[in-house]
Amino acid sequence: MLTNLTLILPELILFLGAMGLLMIGAFSNKDVTRAVDLGAVAILALAAAAAGGFATDAPATAFGGAFIMDSFASLMKVLTFVATGIAIIMSQNFLKLEKLARFEYPVLLLLAAAGMGMMISANDLIALYMGIELQSLALYVVAAINRDSLRSTEAGLKYFVLGALSSGMLLYGASLIYGFSGSTNFAEIAAAFQPQDGQLPMAQVLGLVFLLAGLAFKISAVPFHMWTPDVYEGAPTSVTAFLASAPKLAGMAIFLRIMMTGFDDALVAWQQIIILLAVASMVLGAFAAIGQQNIKRLMAYSSIGHMGFALVGFAAASAAGVSSVILYMALYIVMTLGTFACILSMRRDSGPVENIDDLSGLSQTRPFMAFCLAVMMFSLAGIPPMAGFFGKLFVFRAAIDAGLYSLSIIGVLASVVGAYYYLRIVKIMYLDPPADEVNEPMPRELSILAGAMAAFTLLFFIYPSPLVELADIAGAVLMQGEGVAAARDVGTLTGTSTETLTETLTETLTGR
Amino acid sequence: MIGLTHYLTLAAIIFTIGVFGIFLNRKNVIIILMSIELMLLAVNINLVAFSAYLGDLVGQVFALLVLTVAAGEAAIGLAILVVYFRNRGGIAVEDVSQMKG
Repeated sequence: MLTNLTLILPELILFLGAMGLLMIGAFSNKDVTRAVDLGAVAILALAAAAAGGFATDAPATAFGGAFIMDSFASLMKVLTFVATGIAIIMSQNFLKLEKLARFEYPVLLLLAAAGMGMMISANDLIALYMGIELQSLALYVVAAINRDSLRSTEAGLKYFVLGALSSGMLLYGASLIYGFSGSTNFAEIAAAFQPQDGQLPMAQVLGLVFLLAGLAFKISAVPFHMWTPDVYEGAPTSVTAFLASAPKLAGMAIFLRIMMTGFDDALVAWQQIIILLAVASMVLGAFAAIGQQNIKRLMAYSSIGHMGFALVGFAAASAAGVSSVILYMALYIVMTLGTFACILSMRRDSGPVENIDDLSGLSQTRPFMAFCLAVMMFSLAGIPPMAGFFGKLFVFRAAIDAGLYSLSIIGVLASVVGAYYYLRIVKIMYLDPPADEVNEPMPRELSILAGAMAAFTLLFFIYPSPLVELADIAGAVLMQGEGVAAARDVGTLTGTSTETLTETLTETLTGR
Repeated sequence: MIGLTHYLTLAAIIFTIGVFGIFLNRKNVIIILMSIELMLLAVNINLVAFSAYLGDLVGQVFALLVLTVAAGEAAIGLAILVVYFRNRGGIAVEDVSQMKG
């Protein structure tokens, strides 16, 4: 019993902290928004530290195998909680100016973070569903938090309807998987999902496909992406910054875990689907963003495209592939939060602005902000030596090692097309004449955060090994399931390399 | 004799009705909420049928949790719908189109 509680310590901290802050907010007569904000950040830091404490421990399960804590979960939780904390810090100034500063906001983000922690550690279909729902219910509310704005409430409504639809599909898939494997535990599902003559029974494939569709919704992979642009555009910018970072990471984490531990032998049944999702996401992300005028909408298509790139590493289904996805998502979060720190600072006397044209001539009026945003854009486009380049390098390397040549070629082409709209923003900032009105100066905490993320992105190549090694370990832990080796022998994987990211990195940097 | 197949077919039909209710309905957001409820109930039929067939209690526990979450989901959906109605003055599906592109 005590081990159970030790393993869920990060989530316990978040739940109890959220309840405590809710009580403080509800029963205090004074305005405690700022105190609750700071308290939420402190609680997230504490939870991240608690999750980080499990970094090197052997995998351990709690609650009858429903909950698992290993290096993979530890790393993903630290990243998720830190991203949530940064999102709260970035929100403060924006929410105050928009008159949205309420104590419920950080509490809801804490509850969403707790749900993400549950998701990342889920080792059972019930835990998976409960985690996803806990996260989603909190996110529906924060998307509609500007309750007097038609666009924000519409974003909340759309997010709710499509999110509930995806949960329904995920559940229907889960019910079929439970029925045709006799258990909700991932390990026992893996034992039941054994292809005969290279094929799964139809009913099992059906359950798997429904589950995949539900999960693809959560990470907004094409063709399940239709909610993303509308929700990103309509929700308050601070909420969009959060939606684009932590939930994507947590969604990708549970997606990786269930596919690699629950359906590792059924690779033949899902590898093609992941490849399809990856190609469609990369291509749509690259082309649909070209015509966008609203920068939040552009970031929505950008995030769809990036999910596609991450899925390229996923499709490789090797230890190097999983590690590359983890690294890609970590770098993606830094780039997204850095970009949104700049977008949150786009403000004139009249209020916040969201059009790309409003950035014109920014290099002359606000050189620092223009520089940070330019670094982020170069990195999102994947131009060396920015961090984003290494993310792409590793996923494509993993895909090539797994023999997925055409997927890698499509990916590289899509990233070339995508570079157009990222570089267009740089061009508007640096080459176009300044707009009439001057952008207001960046708030202090946003400029510190944007500067830090820009520095990280810019200088990542000098000392990348710590993060790369963490991703390596986490990927190896996730792939340790005994079924994986068997899948590699009989599955479609040809010539999967056992090479780790660290080796690839050394090779790349030394020019071998 | 009613067997597992009958229950699964019934659940599949109800689930399909729910999905089509979301996509084909052009009138009212409330109907979408009802369709979502229908999908979750179809899942519950599946879970309980499998649970009885397999002689395994986990399915029924899952169904109870799904019921609880469905209640919470409906509450939040209706709350969002109410604030949306205040801003828009209607809940026709066709009106939910401020953002496009």
